Amino acid sequence: MIGLAHYLLIGAVLFGLGLFGLLTKRNLIALLMSIELMLNSVNINLVAFSRFTAIDAASGQVFSLFIIAVAAAEVAVGLALAYAIHRGRSTVSVDEIDWLKW
Amino acid sequence: MNGGVAHTLAFYFLAGVTLAAAAGVVFKRNLVHSAFLLSVTFLGVAGLYMTLEAEFLAAVQALVYSGAVAILVVIGVMLTQRSDMGQSNPPNAMIAVGGLASLAIVGVIVWAVLGTDWKTGGGKVVTVADIGRRFLTDFAPPFEAVALLLLAALIGAVVLFKGGKAQS
Repeated sequence: MIGLAHYLLIGAVLFGLGLFGLLTKRNLIALLMSIELMLNSVNINLVAFSRFTAIDAASGQVFSLFIIAVAAAEVAVGLALAYAIHRGRSTVSVDEIDWLKW
Repeated sequence: MNGGVAHTLAFYFLAGVTLAAAAGVVFKRNLVHSAFLLSVTFLGVAGLYMTLEAEFLAAVQALVYSGAVAILVVIGVMLTQRSDMGQSNPPNAMIAVGGLASLAIVGVIVWAVLGTDWKTGGGKVVTVADIGRRFLTDFAPPFEAVALLLLAALIGAVVLFKGGKAQS
């Protein structure tokens, strides 16, 4: 019997992997990928709660859809930023993007 | 549907695929491999939504994440990477500290999840009609705000891509 805790543990491990990538990657695009992993883990938690508890079933999925929309906007702007930085500086390594001015 | 042998097998298979692909995204040295494994991860999460009987969300996940976002990421890799793709995704000097911090957070979450007596039961299957009705009643203001956000992101991405300066 697969219960709520199974999904929450999957979400926890996925979040941990995303956080590890966010903390340890140099490439700006790899950081964006890690953020997507973390947002996905949050979505799994929301949908699992909406499925297994009696609070308000539709709200969890509505929140997940909002998160998906915000994540799509975030990745579009983030990749445009990465491209703009790459055009000016020829690098997307966050270790070198530390000049704090344009 | 929930509780059968097929459901259990599907859950463990999808969970394994999702977590293995996510680990690949984080640990692969080649950024292109990471980008494609990210798509696999998204499809695995869509399958997990299916096991949660959230079919609409699974379809949205497959379309928006595995379709649009993964392709955007691949295009981003294509536009920003020059050479030496084999070492395009190296870890930085914080690998020990980052690993410890991630493990600590996962440990705390797992401890909290396993230590809580979850009051489950009584959840009902959500149809697309429920979601649509909710979007147009209770969640109408945030729905409109998300529409504005997507418009702003679209314009912002175009402006950033063009260079941000006035082109004469």
